[in-house]
Amino acid sequence: MANIIEMPKLSDTMTVGTLVKWLKKEGDSVKSGDMLAEVETDKATMELECFFDGTLLKIFSPAGSQVAIGAPLCAVGKPGEVVEAPAGQPAAPAAAPASKEEPKAPAPAPVVTAPTHAPAPVAASVSEQSRAVGERIKISPLAKKLADEKGVDPSTVTGSGPGGRIVRADIEAAAKNPKPAAKSGGGATFTGGAIGAKGPVQIERAVPVSTMRGVIAKRLLESKTTIPHFYLEIEVDAEPLLALREQLNKGLADAGVKLSVNDFILKASAEALRKVPDVNASWHGTEIRYHAAANVSFAVALPDGLITPVVFNAHEKSVFQISTEAKSLGKKAKDKKLQPAEFTGGTFCVSNLGMMGIPKFLPIINPPNAAILGVGTTVTKPVVKNGQIVVGQTLTLTLSADHRVVDGAVGAQFLGALKSVLETPALLLV
Amino acid sequence: MPVITYREAIRAALAEEIARDENVVLMGEEVAQFHGAYKVSEGLLEKFGPDRIVDTPISEAGFIGMGVGASMLGIRPVMELMFWSFYSVAFDQILNNAANVRYMSGGLINCPIVIRGPANGGTNVGATHSHTPENVLANHPGVKVIVPATAADAKGLLKSAIRDNDPCFFLENTILYGEKGEVSDDPELLIPLGVADVKRQGSDLTIVTYGRCVLHSLAAAAILEKEHDISVEVVDLRTIRPLDFDTVLASVKKTHRVLVVEEQKPFASVGSQLAYLIQREAFDELDGPIHRLATIDAPAIYSPPVEVEQLPNPQRVLKAALAALA
Repeated sequence: MANIIEMPKLSDTMTVGTLVKWLKKEGDSVKSGDMLAEVETDKATMELECFFDGTLLKIFSPAGSQVAIGAPLCAVGKPGEVVEAPAGQPAAPAAAPASKEEPKAPAPAPVVTAPTHAPAPVAASVSEQSRAVGERIKISPLAKKLADEKGVDPSTVTGSGPGGRIVRADIEAAAKNPKPAAKSGGGATFTGGAIGAKGPVQIERAVPVSTMRGVIAKRLLESKTTIPHFYLEIEVDAEPLLALREQLNKGLADAGVKLSVNDFILKASAEALRKVPDVNASWHGTEIRYHAAANVSFAVALPDGLITPVVFNAHEKSVFQISTEAKSLGKKAKDKKLQPAEFTGGTFCVSNLGMMGIPKFLPIINPPNAAILGVGTTVTKPVVKNGQIVVGQTLTLTLSADHRVVDGAVGAQFLGALKSVLETPALLLV
Repeated sequence: MPVITYREAIRAALAEEIARDENVVLMGEEVAQFHGAYKVSEGLLEKFGPDRIVDTPISEAGFIGMGVGASMLGIRPVMELMFWSFYSVAFDQILNNAANVRYMSGGLINCPIVIRGPANGGTNVGATHSHTPENVLANHPGVKVIVPATAADAKGLLKSAIRDNDPCFFLENTILYGEKGEVSDDPELLIPLGVADVKRQGSDLTIVTYGRCVLHSLAAAAILEKEHDISVEVVDLRTIRPLDFDTVLASVKKTHRVLVVEEQKPFASVGSQLAYLIQREAFDELDGPIHRLATIDAPAIYSPPVEVEQLPNPQRVLKAALAALA
């Protein structure tokens, strides 16, 4: 009989632990006293000790997952021994964020891939329907296959079969008469229903709050109700930036390089922080900490929430480096593969809804940052240049700042510095 | 083509094969002078004489054992069981000896025996005379199990069984003996073992069945089409082993819904095996769970009106088909 090793209570306030890294892999032989894994609690990262001799037969909780106290982490036993996924573990507060593609019936452990640390509740305007924790969509195998083929999201379909099972006819009807998806894939695109489509806009339902949504809700509420926000706005002439970006992308196309406006903004933010370092700070009750490094995070929308991976030491990196890193972090975030170290430790945050056509918005501060930058879309509009009305391209930037740390004048200086860098973007390449 | 009964079709197959091959003999209780308990062998003694049509003592273990031995020495015996229910008396001879002989002898000894007789309920003959052992038989590698539904199939399949070099178990049905159908009188028209027959084309539901349940399923399919506008495909397995799973699979891929109908006790039945195979090979084709209609799980009920309801019948098939389409 294999020994099931469960998540231990490693601190008095701990309820869940993040499995940072496995130090052994399945099939490795282990002995009592070996360190099996690194577990991050609300206080520290600690090593998980093995108290058995044998073979690590099965890992139930992958690296990066959040595991409730008492939930199974792995099994150690005799080599070749078959391990059943332990079912009916002690009720744990955390549970799997539902993934419609993989409805796991006998979930081996309440595993969450949501981060322990708050996944920066930034763009409050991005609303997502998250499916209930562990909720299964009943769908026949054929209907599931058809749904994949026809691109129908089964979560938007009402099943007509026994017990609400979705059957072939339901998918065929839905494919003919598409409804808006309950949740949009990457968060950045909105799949709308056809104009004039029949039927309800969505299925009436109550969806339990997922761990990630719970964290977002708690931190957003805390930020918005305890931090004295103030807001500044500035309009930037985007023409030089867009021209430079076009030139670079054209010239570097063969090398497979494609820089986004956001890459430049991340870089420019780091430069502006260097000029106005008071913004690169955080409030800690009895002290204000000023940070040496510009660790610039950026918000990535996920199907069931959002997260802010960090570009560390952005002040020391080139636009190209930042672009490469941001792409890789963005992909990891969408694949839910970000390690806690990759989304904690930011000192300033950038939230960009420009790609969704929003001209400007006022994001909520991501604690403990002192400010967050809201980036709108580039707008083509009449502008006055040299006393003439001409067609120009502008970008509106907003800064939400924590007045306990940053005063209006400091915030204004920061936005001014950012504007001047973005309007002479060649400086960013030096 | 001549229209004859299922009984006459079996008799014709026997007569043709006995005439064709001097090694073919028919043996069993009362098959000669009494013409068989169900009159299948009527006229054969008169035509072929007592060397070819042989009455045996009332001892299945004895005469089936004799047939197995004879088949190992080159005779092609057709052994009649008055009821297949009595196979258990000769279980060792049938399933330990006949089934294993070719394997145990390293392929040197064949056992070309045919054991035939009725295996069905529905005639108020009681629990000990109503067994349907096709699942038990088919559980033994090395044997062939045939359950014909129509007169034409009965003739063509029995002829193939007699010419086959492995033990062939041929399960007839006393209620079908009187059923008529068009049957070819071509003595070389054989129906190969292991080939299913789609008895009715359809697009909404596949009924996989065999034996008398084919008739029930066809009757239900006609009602479903007329009253419910449901198009049912009826796949008649004809042989349980070898199993023509390709035909089943093709039909499932066409209709995406499956009902198995069998005159079998449901536990570990032929339908159980079919359901396993279908979900394993066609999981993504299924638009609903595989349904099964079997005999209600109890010893054969003696009360005639209750026995009718214990077995599959057209009304039960109809209900089961609608459930499978839900």
